[in-house]
Amino acid sequence: MKILKGLGYAIGLPALLVLVWALATAGETNFFVPTPGTLLATFAETWFGDRILSDVLPSLGRLIVGVSAAIIIGIVAGLLIGSIKWLRDLTEPVLEFFRAIPPPVLVPVLMLLMGITDSMKVTVIISGCIWPVLLNTIEGVRAIDGVLSDSARTYGITGGARIRHLVLPSAAPQIMAGVRQCLSIGLILMVISEMFASSSGLGFTIVQFQRSFAIPEMWSGIVILGLIGVLMSFIFQITERRILRWYHGLREVENAV
Amino acid sequence: MPSEITDKNTVTNPAPAGGTPPNPDAMLSVLGVKKVYQTDGGAIEAVRNLTFDLRAGELACLVGPSGSGKTTLLKCISGLMAPTEGQVLLNGVEVSGPPKKMAVVFQEYGRSLFPWMRVRENVELPLKNQRLAKAERDRLVDEALEAVGLSHVPMSYPWQLSGGMQQRVAIARAVAYQPEVLLMDEPFAAVDAQTRADLEDLIRSVWKKLGITILFVTHDIDESVYLGERVIILSSSPTVIQEDLVIDLPAERDQLNTRSLPRFTELRHHVYEQIQLAKAGHRPAAASR
Amino acid sequence: MDNTVTSRRRPTKELLGIAGIIGFLLTWEVLPRVGIVDARFLPPASDVLLALARDFGLAAFWLAVGETMLAWLIGLVIAVLAAALLGFIIGSSAFLRKFTNSTVEFLRPIPSVALIPLAVLLFGVKMESSLMLIIYASFWQIFIQVLYGVADVDNVAMNTAKSYGLGQLARTRYVVFPTALPYLMTGIRLAASVALILAITAELVIGSPGLGREIALAQSGGAISGMYALVLATGLIGVLINLVMRFVERKTLSWHSSVRAEVIV
Repeated sequence: MKILKGLGYAIGLPALLVLVWALATAGETNFFVPTPGTLLATFAETWFGDRILSDVLPSLGRLIVGVSAAIIIGIVAGLLIGSIKWLRDLTEPVLEFFRAIPPPVLVPVLMLLMGITDSMKVTVIISGCIWPVLLNTIEGVRAIDGVLSDSARTYGITGGARIRHLVLPSAAPQIMAGVRQCLSIGLILMVISEMFASSSGLGFTIVQFQRSFAIPEMWSGIVILGLIGVLMSFIFQITERRILRWYHGLREVENAV
Repeated sequence: MPSEITDKNTVTNPAPAGGTPPNPDAMLSVLGVKKVYQTDGGAIEAVRNLTFDLRAGELACLVGPSGSGKTTLLKCISGLMAPTEGQVLLNGVEVSGPPKKMAVVFQEYGRSLFPWMRVRENVELPLKNQRLAKAERDRLVDEALEAVGLSHVPMSYPWQLSGGMQQRVAIARAVAYQPEVLLMDEPFAAVDAQTRADLEDLIRSVWKKLGITILFVTHDIDESVYLGERVIILSSSPTVIQEDLVIDLPAERDQLNTRSLPRFTELRHHVYEQIQLAKAGHRPAAASR
Repeated sequence: MDNTVTSRRRPTKELLGIAGIIGFLLTWEVLPRVGIVDARFLPPASDVLLALARDFGLAAFWLAVGETMLAWLIGLVIAVLAAALLGFIIGSSAFLRKFTNSTVEFLRPIPSVALIPLAVLLFGVKMESSLMLIIYASFWQIFIQVLYGVADVDNVAMNTAKSYGLGQLARTRYVVFPTALPYLMTGIRLAASVALILAITAELVIGSPGLGREIALAQSGGAISGMYALVLATGLIGVLINLVMRFVERKTLSWHSSVRAEVIV
């Protein structure tokens, strides 16, 4: 009964919206908005063919490489900068400035420096989404509790063991908040780098559909980008729940008091 | 040397003010330790000149008015902070960083345990870090958890436990580490009275069982007299030793009977007087140069 | 005493920060000068700063800045109003929260740039295209924060208000709104930077008027120093927005402990 109720809440509004959409587009043939049936059919024939290999997978590949590199470089550099006070003070204004630059302007800049290549697109993703991870890691490392740090020292936990058992877990909540931003910026940059400078990839294909007025295909492209976004957010949430289970539990206890 | 009082009106000898050579029997020697913090608002002298020894297997309490530099002193002894002058010797070797044979239990239990590790992992981590074999680790962790009465919650996270239980975990971690010296910085200041009594008895029993040297810092006069074999009274800041007092209560102590002994009351009264004197700014003759 | 401590310490921190900026600019100056990087593609810092200084004297530059900021402001205001209104309504009702949850969780992660083709189709290269992207992206930032905020309302405070006979409207005004305000402000601060990103993106990719379009034009026209100068300008605007939003957040919430704590740190 409870599950049924939950299911009802989960699909109630989406079902209602699709129904409204179907009714609104049923009578006339609206040029801009396809019917749900048309969209579904177009989606299948547009994306479940050659385009998976030629556009979807390469785009996703670049996204995964770029985002993973940004996360790894951001965390490593953040651990370094966060642990050394003078380095933190030295780099803080410059890093804050880089973070404030809207990442998409990197596309024309890097196009110029590297040409229109795969590595340019990956670099765009890395250099755009490294900042939230880097700055959040620095902040997380800086904010390690003094008593906890002293405890680790008195038990001889130093060097690599300190990073692994103290610094990383303690900064993890901040780092994960940075990773969440990194993922959404990464997806934006993947699309834009392909819209701006490419002859293949999801972003390019979708703009082509729009330019050739292939409206249902264009919509199907919007849907696939949406699905990728939802999927990424889903994977992130599962990972975050796992890594930060202790943190959510701790917060719950603290809030209950 | 610690002085003894035979009568509460007896005037006791102030402790030596520094410059004495280290005692060869001492496990831990604090020699002329001075700590001055350099702030931009000027220098703040937290500890002026402290000298005392702990013999192996001694349980000593350090009491003093709040702000008397107790925590500063403890940080110097534990090697977390270098003294401005003087030195700390552990088994005759100068302490220059956290020594391997020393464990510290902090007041802030909520901030000294790793919240991302379960109780067992918290106790095990220092041993793992020393690369002890798994079987040996398991044995030490089991014994330590047993000793503090926490065998039933090894898989809980610390923050799922009450404050008193969290502090038990911190004590278990220290015990499993097999230190020669255990430093405790007002460990029970943040737990409720009932739990506190239980934890005091726990410390006495652990001390007897393991025969380790314990330096217990507190601001609670009753606690210092009940727990210690010896009470070192600090003056107000800048800190020197106001008095070094032997607690000649029977070794078997319990909350009800010990605390109602006339001798307990006398000692407590004496320590209380000394603390009041310290607060009023009175300093022992030898230190008030 | 605390005051003297911080006021005496701060200069070294600030000096280091300034040294960092100078060091960065020097590196940037030297790399193309000695030929490690091709000066045609990365002109020395001095060239770019000169170009930026020249831009500051040009009406066209300020016009572009104005267009970008106008789109940013209109988009942000619409997003704030819509998200705050919907957030308070949906957040206050357990039924509506559950009813909309799956839809919100599905719509929120959709990247706003996916709407670019649709925006072009509907509005072409006009500011409305920028607005559509800006509003979509900013809306979720604020909406989610307001939902958290309304959910954070203290039960005791709510029951107290009920027992004193405060009606639905009065409860919203005196209990829900003050609790949710810090969350709303956080949402607006986050949305402000997201809105700038989307404003520039729309101009860059779609070609609606503003700084982003100027960057694309400078790049394709080979005015490389000019392009870098404009990139710097967008960064400066970003920094400015961050500073202003933090300032506003503090001013409006000076009574709130989370903000007070931040000031001390």
